[in-house]
Amino acid sequence: MTAVLFYFFAGVAVIGALAMVSLRNPLSGAFALVGTMVSLAALFAMLNAEFVFILQILVYAGAIMVLVIFTIMLLNLDKQELKEVPVSRMRLLGMGAVCALLAVGFIRVFSHFGSEPPAFIDAEFGSIEGVGRMMLGPYLYPFEVISLVLLVAIVGVVLLAKRVV
Amino acid sequence: MVEYLILFAKAVFILLIALVIMPVLIYVERKGSSFIQDRTGPNRAAIGPFRLAGLVHVLADVTKLLTKEMMIPPHVNRVYFIVAPFIGFTVIVGAFAVIPWADTFHVAGREIPMLVADLNGGILYILAITSLHVYGMVFAGWASNNKFALMGGLRSSAQMISYELPLGLAMVGIFMVFQSVHLNTIVQGQGELLWGWLPRWGVVVQPLGFILFTIAAFAEANRTPFDLPEGESEIVAGYHVEYSGIRFAMFYMGEYVAIVLSSCMITTLFFGGWQVPWLTTQQLVDNADLLLKIMLGAGGLGALTFAVWMFIYGQRIKGNFGGSIKEKEGDVLGVINLVVAAVMFAAFFRTFGLDLPEWGARTVTLVVQITMFVLKVCFWCWVFIWVRWSLPRFRYDQLMSLGWKKMIPLSFVNIVLTALVILLIDRAGG
Repeated sequence: MTAVLFYFFAGVAVIGALAMVSLRNPLSGAFALVGTMVSLAALFAMLNAEFVFILQILVYAGAIMVLVIFTIMLLNLDKQELKEVPVSRMRLLGMGAVCALLAVGFIRVFSHFGSEPPAFIDAEFGSIEGVGRMMLGPYLYPFEVISLVLLVAIVGVVLLAKRVV
Repeated sequence: MVEYLILFAKAVFILLIALVIMPVLIYVERKGSSFIQDRTGPNRAAIGPFRLAGLVHVLADVTKLLTKEMMIPPHVNRVYFIVAPFIGFTVIVGAFAVIPWADTFHVAGREIPMLVADLNGGILYILAITSLHVYGMVFAGWASNNKFALMGGLRSSAQMISYELPLGLAMVGIFMVFQSVHLNTIVQGQGELLWGWLPRWGVVVQPLGFILFTIAAFAEANRTPFDLPEGESEIVAGYHVEYSGIRFAMFYMGEYVAIVLSSCMITTLFFGGWQVPWLTTQQLVDNADLLLKIMLGAGGLGALTFAVWMFIYGQRIKGNFGGSIKEKEGDVLGVINLVVAAVMFAAFFRTFGLDLPEWGARTVTLVVQITMFVLKVCFWCWVFIWVRWSLPRFRYDQLMSLGWKKMIPLSFVNIVLTALVILLIDRAGG
């Protein structure tokens, strides 16, 4: 049962990611990315990481992707802007880099094929209590630094928005 | 196998609560608006003699929407146009999985929690799932390829993103007081008494949080005074302007299921969920015998009163319909209620000298708690309708300034105050 669910969600995630980069229509691409996000969330849920599962849906699928779609809808792209771009040298270079990364990934995956799967972390680890203890315990300092970075971003946005052009 | 059957039964049960309240809500909306506006409201449609004070109109509405032609205008994006109504509706229905409707049920050595998915994440799951609800509206608005629909979709997404924040922050106070995000634990915590006489309901310990949550819940459900996504005087009907038939009905039903969901959340977080005030589950189980007698006796008396009322009503409508079969409605309903009353009284007298077994007492408790939960939810659904027909709509800038400039700061104040009070109580107690 778990294996079937895993292959289903993993498949949806991969297909969604591929569709995201290959679809012409930007809105379809964004929607494919939503599918990827939701299937990733399901994979997190199967790994006992309940809190990450909820945040994945709440933040990525529910908030960030809505903003992305919002922007796409407001931009009102013409058909003209969506036409094929000729393959440049930089693009070829990028494709080569991606292929190299993929090759490394495949080698790592297949070298572990058939070996014992890693043990499950206990259910307490990914729960809200577990994550909370981690954040306010051993990882308090990085947590506060990240909050500061976010604060800087917020102040920056307000400053940009208030500037008289 | 039995586990799966129980799970299936529970999933069907909560769906039934959601989907049965929905048509009743449509009826109450029409009849309630007529009550508030001093009209009679719908009362014509009839099946044989039964008009049921307009309840048959719900059936007529549904039949109409189901059999109507589903138009797909030529200028729309077909895929998204067809998918959009289903996203909105499915997502909302899925959120009901974590709502508890009774205390854990003990039967035949099993402990059955009375909610479908016993997630630790609890209420956060509802937040996450309902945040996907906005896709339905956005895609409907965009795929319709119509400027009014697009405006409606944009308004709805902006509104839902804005009000998700105060909705989530208003609940933080509740989590702090009850030390959990698990809905059943929160409800169990609300069964205790403050100072020995006041039920420790969320609304008592978190009054500000309750007000903020209710306002945000109204906005999330897209109800008046926050129904700008479908403000008909400005943008025709908003994101569903191009829809007809059952696809339109999906949006309409989604709106009402969202009301039921919001009412369930308000009830669960702030009004004790399935808790009967001043009575714990153990007390209910111990006094199940008495409860059963009260329920049957009161039910019998109620049915008898209703029967008498129906006979009087039957006399009053004599001659109103020119000898049609509709004039018999009062008499037929009266007889039916007499039978119900007789059965209830018979059961009532049968309970004397009857020794209620353990599972019987548990079942009575279950029924009482479910009834309590449904009653509270119905009350809040009525508040949603009450507000809709009493208040005018906000302007868009007012909506945004209320959400961002007033409610979010207030919810932060609520969190800090709650933390202070909890700290002081801990210091005083320890």
